[in-house]
Amino acid sequence: MSDNFEPKILGILCNWCSYAGADLAGTSRLKYPANIRIVKVMCSGRVEPTLILKAFQEGADGVLISGCHPGDCHYVDGNIKTLRRTPLVARLLTQIGIEPERFKQVWVSASEGEKFGKIVEQMVEDIKKVGPYQKKMGDQLDVVMHEVAASAKEAAAAEEKGGSNCGS
Amino acid sequence: MSDHKIGVYVCHCGSNINGVVNCAKVTEEIGKIGEVVVAKDYKYMCSDPGQEMIKNDIKEKGLDRVVIAACSPRMHEPTFRRALEGAGLNGYLLEMANIREHVSWVTKDKEEATKKALSLVKGAVKRVKLHEPIEEREVPVTNTTLVLGGGISGIQAALQVAEAGHKVYLIEQKQYIGGNMAKFDKTFPTLDCAACILTPKMVDVGQSPNIELYTSSEVIKVDGYVGNFTVTVREKPRYINHDKCTGCGDCASACIMKNRIPHEFDEGLSKRSAAYIPFPQAVPLKAVIDDGNCLFLTRKKCTLACVKACGAKAINFNQHETIHEFKVGSIILATGFDLFDAKRAPQYGYGRYANVINGLQFERMTNASGPTSGHITLADGTEPKSVAVIHCVGSRDENYNKYCSRVCCMSSVKFAHLVKDHCDAEVYEFYIDMRTFGKGYEEFYNRVQEEGVHFVRGKGAEVAQIDGRLVVIAEDTLLGQYREIPVDMVILNTALEPRVDAEKVAQTLGISRSGDGFFMESHIKLDPVTTTTDGIYLAGCCQSPKDIPDSVAQGSAAAAQSLAIIATGKVKISPISASIDSEQCAGCRICIGLCTYRAIKLNEETLRAEINEAVCKGCGTCAAGCPSGAIRVSHFNDDQLLAQIEGVLA
Ligand code: FES
Repeated sequence: MSDNFEPKILGILCNWCSYAGADLAGTSRLKYPANIRIVKVMCSGRVEPTLILKAFQEGADGVLISGCHPGDCHYVDGNIKTLRRTPLVARLLTQIGIEPERFKQVWVSASEGEKFGKIVEQMVEDIKKVGPYQKKMGDQLDVVMHEVAASAKEAAAAEEKGGSNCGS
Repeated sequence: MSDHKIGVYVCHCGSNINGVVNCAKVTEEIGKIGEVVVAKDYKYMCSDPGQEMIKNDIKEKGLDRVVIAACSPRMHEPTFRRALEGAGLNGYLLEMANIREHVSWVTKDKEEATKKALSLVKGAVKRVKLHEPIEEREVPVTNTTLVLGGGISGIQAALQVAEAGHKVYLIEQKQYIGGNMAKFDKTFPTLDCAACILTPKMVDVGQSPNIELYTSSEVIKVDGYVGNFTVTVREKPRYINHDKCTGCGDCASACIMKNRIPHEFDEGLSKRSAAYIPFPQAVPLKAVIDDGNCLFLTRKKCTLACVKACGAKAINFNQHETIHEFKVGSIILATGFDLFDAKRAPQYGYGRYANVINGLQFERMTNASGPTSGHITLADGTEPKSVAVIHCVGSRDENYNKYCSRVCCMSSVKFAHLVKDHCDAEVYEFYIDMRTFGKGYEEFYNRVQEEGVHFVRGKGAEVAQIDGRLVVIAEDTLLGQYREIPVDMVILNTALEPRVDAEKVAQTLGISRSGDGFFMESHIKLDPVTTTTDGIYLAGCCQSPKDIPDSVAQGSAAAAQSLAIIATGKVKISPISASIDSEQCAGCRICIGLCTYRAIKLNEETLRAEINEAVCKGCGTCAAGCPSGAIRVSHFNDDQLLAQIEGVLA
């Protein structure tokens, strides 16, 4: 049964580096598994926990977030905010029973088409090992979703506040 | 119950998509969705008939939303937006599904590909329903240009913009302009002397009323966007008052460090003072004090002979660095290349054997105003009887750079000619294969072959010293023989590499680099001059190795881009920006800390955050961090993204 399991992965890619990197995989005619569905955002900093949770709610078996390498973000440091949010999101996902294999945050530059393909390949392989994602919390996922999203944001915000001087 | 009339168009892209994705099936399936009133597949959607078809459907069937499943939106989104607008529909009521780069080109299995394509189109259909018309923002343009790098391509770009009557700030890291070309002797294929063709241009730069030249300077910060950049430049002290210095060189003769410091301009083949004139034709022709070697600057211990010698009283040790800020409409990057350091390929003995030199050193040697006054000499001052030229040192080599540096075959052939021209030596060229691709290049190669140069097809593998004599070891692939050829001098024609600071420059300007480390163009074939950042253009070797004609051509092309912006007087900037719903905003100020551009401020009266849309760049980082969900990013709002996610996973 699980031999035929083909995981569904949602990829959220920033427009400037990672989406271009995925395009380069195409123009270089590199083959990688068809399991990923790519959605574009302008910057990886746009990715909020709600989007990730939504994916799992809609039946994704994994979520991949990719942005420009640190220092290369088109918006200076949007990806640094992503970098800060990632561990929080990862922790929240584990708390609601989503295995770590199912969530990955990477950096792919516009010239790393090959790397992008490899990442997808690896992720498909890893997720195949843990099997299809079953909504462990059932319908509850919907209920906790907003709560979780809000708390993730707050946690990120708290961190943010610590790191910057607010106000004028 | 359906509110929208959506048209879905699936492009075959010849066989690029249709060869893998079953476009007819995707079209059929998507046509079953309620609000999709038109679903069509066609050979080339981007062609005139393709676009006409879409326009007609919009008009005749009253479509209010369009989905195009085709190539990457990075390629044709602007094309199709224009098509929508041509039919009276706002361009943002379009969504593209990337079924070429993200599906047909990367998927082997046709069924899998068709399934994936269908999900992407479904996501696009769900998303497009929530699209809103957006008006593109137009902003006025500052009619000045900044050119970074004063080599031949930067000079060309600067002169063309200046000649069109517009102000240019030309920023050069070195103390003089001219770049690498200023060091060359003769240029292929016509053998004009580099100085003869370059010096007049350098002089023009120095004299143009429209060009403000900043040497010893670097860009440290770039703010703003196309049409309205603010560039911060750091100018290092030169310790010479430019207004007073006459460029006489008396300071150099007086300096007590005279003839003790290897001269960079001569690639270390001559020695200079700590106070010096970079080279006789330098622009600006002003003395420089080298703060790394000047005894006064480094140890405060010197007789200050230079100060005494300077009749113009131009030396000023109290100079400090100056920070300049320029407002410019566009930026032309022409930062050039670095030469591969042959010491990284120790098999060639560079740095170990005195008579193994690199191409640029040879250029200096043959240059009449160079360190040997144009004589080709060995380390002991005698003339060589045989010379080897090794191609592709550091190029076309898995260990260093995979790419071909493009100019080395031709410059190697030129070196052979120059050796023949200057002395009686036998010349051996070691090449992998000969790439003489330009106008008049093959003819030049033929001419040099007739001059009796020995061409050995095989990459020089090693340079050894046997019994005090240099020996080039190579496999001659034409003869199928291993050869050891004794010579007196070896010229290593080394690769052109991205500059050491390319990464830093890319980050400062917010542009990408390709896998080889050079700056990345928007499209390798159709848009080799622009970068993915609007208003930043590329010229010359900073984009990829090129010869002088190509560098000049690209310099002109970049100038044309800058002039086009100035001519229009305004530019369209991305209308994607964030806004705050003040009802929902709790005034927590988190977004303020998240915004890199300081576009968000707290309204002190209402205690709600407000976004200055003119400053906002639309990255959406604030929206992702707002605990109240009060921030909306146009074209990337939560609902649109959630709908798309739902669609692609369905
Ligand atoms: S634009 Fe790529 S991560 Fe910010």
